[in-house]
Amino acid sequence: MDAKTGLFYLFALVLLFAAFRVITARNPVHAALYLVLAFFQASALWILLKAEFLAITLVLVYVGAVMVLFLFVVMMLDINMEGVRKGFWKHFPLAASVGALIALEMSAVLMGGFRLSEAPKSAVVAGQAAAQYSNTKEIGKVLYSEYLYPLEIAAVILLVAIIAAIALTLRTRKDSKNTNPADQIRVKRGDRVSLVKIKATQAAPVVAAPEEKT
Amino acid sequence: MMLTLGHFLTLGAMLFALSVIGIFLNRKNLIIILMAIELMLLAVNMNFVAFSYYLNDLAGQVFVFFILTVAAAESAIGLAILVLLFRNKASINVDELNTLKG
Repeated sequence: MDAKTGLFYLFALVLLFAAFRVITARNPVHAALYLVLAFFQASALWILLKAEFLAITLVLVYVGAVMVLFLFVVMMLDINMEGVRKGFWKHFPLAASVGALIALEMSAVLMGGFRLSEAPKSAVVAGQAAAQYSNTKEIGKVLYSEYLYPLEIAAVILLVAIIAAIALTLRTRKDSKNTNPADQIRVKRGDRVSLVKIKATQAAPVVAAPEEKT
Repeated sequence: MMLTLGHFLTLGAMLFALSVIGIFLNRKNLIIILMAIELMLLAVNMNFVAFSYYLNDLAGQVFVFFILTVAAAESAIGLAILVLLFRNKASINVDELNTLKG
């Protein structure tokens, strides 16, 4: 058992433990933090598989952005955990049987199907082992030539996500004193100023002199 | 003992099964369900990266890149819907989301 296998078992055990804690944690903040741990372990495993770019992307995007978003949302919402946790263990037999079924089916496929046991030994891999090989450069070459249209579609999907997230959560407060710029631009003179005709000179009202009594 | 493709595929399968169990156990808690979906996507990505390494094909890693993009968009919109839901119903219990029921 070489060092790489030992590292694999270490990372895999911590990853499975973290995943288990994510689904059983009582506090959603703890669940989010264990999910961060799981992502770090997965990133380390991907480095074992020589996928450095994806490993760093996983840490940057998931731990840096998505999980921070999760933590913000969890902390903003005042969740009543007792009501949500009700019936947690009631579903356990069903959940365990479904999980065991999935694991058994997948292991049956793995036992029967894959004879791909050794690490690749082809010439390309030998070339990859050279110091000049850059995983990021290779992915970039493929991404911007062969997968250019999928890349642009992915960019559009991100734009849709930005607009949808803002449009869903944006609300106008009733107590804030803001002005509507569109209404301000559209305003006409007649809405603001009204001219009133008044004669320039006007006769002074005649006051009847009180009669003197003699 | 060499590290084989089977190791990584078994790890992915166990991770996927764990997240399915998580969805069943936390079927009322919307936020844990979203986290379990993220774990599922991680398991799938693990398989993709392992195949990409052992079959010596870079397409698997490119696909993982796109899955990461879509998953980030999905979680952003999902959390926005979650916030909106909590604002309107003051609860994230899935059982109370029956307004669309005829």
